[in-house]
Amino acid sequence: MAGKQKHTRTKNQLKMGEVKVLGSWSSPYGLRVQWALGLKSVEYEYIDEDLLNKSQMLLKYNPVHKKIPVLVHNGKPIAESAVILEYIEETWPQPHPLLPKDPYERAMVRFWINFLDNKDKVAPFITFFIGVGEEHKKAVNEAKELLKLYEEQVLGEKKYFGGEEIGMLDLAMGWMAYFGVIEEIVDVKILDAETFPRLHAWIQNFRAHPVIKNNLPDHDRLLQNYTEKRQRFLAYSPHTENA
Amino acid sequence: MAEEVKLLKTWSSRFGLRVVWALKLKGIPYEAIDEDLSNKSALLLQYNPVHKKIPVLVHNGNPISESLVILEYIDETWKQNPILPQDPLHKARERFWAKFSDEKLLPSVWGAFTKEGKDREEAMAATMENLKFVEEELKGKKFFSGEKIGLVDLVFGWLANLISIFEVVSGFNIVGEGYPLLSAWMQEFSELPVIKDTWPPRDKMIIKYQALYDKYHPAK
Repeated sequence: MAGKQKHTRTKNQLKMGEVKVLGSWSSPYGLRVQWALGLKSVEYEYIDEDLLNKSQMLLKYNPVHKKIPVLVHNGKPIAESAVILEYIEETWPQPHPLLPKDPYERAMVRFWINFLDNKDKVAPFITFFIGVGEEHKKAVNEAKELLKLYEEQVLGEKKYFGGEEIGMLDLAMGWMAYFGVIEEIVDVKILDAETFPRLHAWIQNFRAHPVIKNNLPDHDRLLQNYTEKRQRFLAYSPHTENA
Repeated sequence: MAEEVKLLKTWSSRFGLRVVWALKLKGIPYEAIDEDLSNKSALLLQYNPVHKKIPVLVHNGNPISESLVILEYIDETWKQNPILPQDPLHKARERFWAKFSDEKLLPSVWGAFTKEGKDREEAMAATMENLKFVEEELKGKKFFSGEKIGLVDLVFGWLANLISIFEVVSGFNIVGEGYPLLSAWMQEFSELPVIKDTWPPRDKMIIKYQALYDKYHPAK
């Protein structure tokens, strides 16, 4: 902040310091961070990374993983989206707390974020997108089982995973909010309203929230970009069977 | 009202051991239940239906799974001898390295132990690179958390025991002279009173990991 004079400073802005987010336009991990900051009215500078041509800044701020997202607060970098979300919650507890107060309930949120971020739980959805044949069929089944777990055991009767308001787990589940584009490209629907009415309702509610609505990847850009991505994967795939 | 704390673990689990250390550090009395994972108890299946894995901490009948989640829960519930710092930035750094241990370092070490040929070489190279980051993180510090042990020390604790067992069984050197800070840390950590007598019996560990090693490297 040294040397930068702004004509109007609100208490929040002073408290914020300088906040930067290194992300990528379609990454749900980066979006989680942006959503969290948005819900807490924390202003930040967003820097979009080209992951095929990583900036010096990214390599400097995340030398261990060289990945987005990275939050940089007053020059200090924090990497790993789950770690960043906890940092944001502790640094700006109000407005819009993202974690419950009770330690046991907090442990449940952390457990499920850890669960859904595990690469074995992400893999079926990736294979759903770029797999073919038997491998694809298996992925569809595994994905549906996971969705059933999220629908019945994690969301249950609640409006949001966080209860009445969006919480940390909702942000981590945010990838579901634009999963429809993936289904459109693959031409297979798995997250349908009939099988998953609660998740479907959750998606509508989540997407409608002004902070989320204004920070979703553009549908057409996703469609085009991801269609190309899928075609590239299929072209290089060792499988010759058709889906 | 009496607090009831149970810990479901196994005799050898590095993840269960972390929780033991945290409970010991804070002086929390608990009942330890050692599971036979080839014959999981009804209690385990009831308390961790999602993963059916240990460790599971059960506090007043409420189960919590996943060692890192358990450690945070313990720290938030029992405030004496904190294992996480107050400052959000330092806390974030601890959480970052905790994830690094389990998501990067451990898989690369496991790969170096179980894989063969080119895959093994790649795993060893990844291990070397990962250990370099860990070594760097110890610069100017006695423990990862500073003067006293904290979350990261507990989470990296497996290094202080398992590495030497892997080296004995496989005949390969993993943490050698290239990591003086890490070697010193492993020694200091192991000698702490709260850690000292908690390692699983070494001879049993050698037998267990020799059997695993033989399984992954069948004699040709």
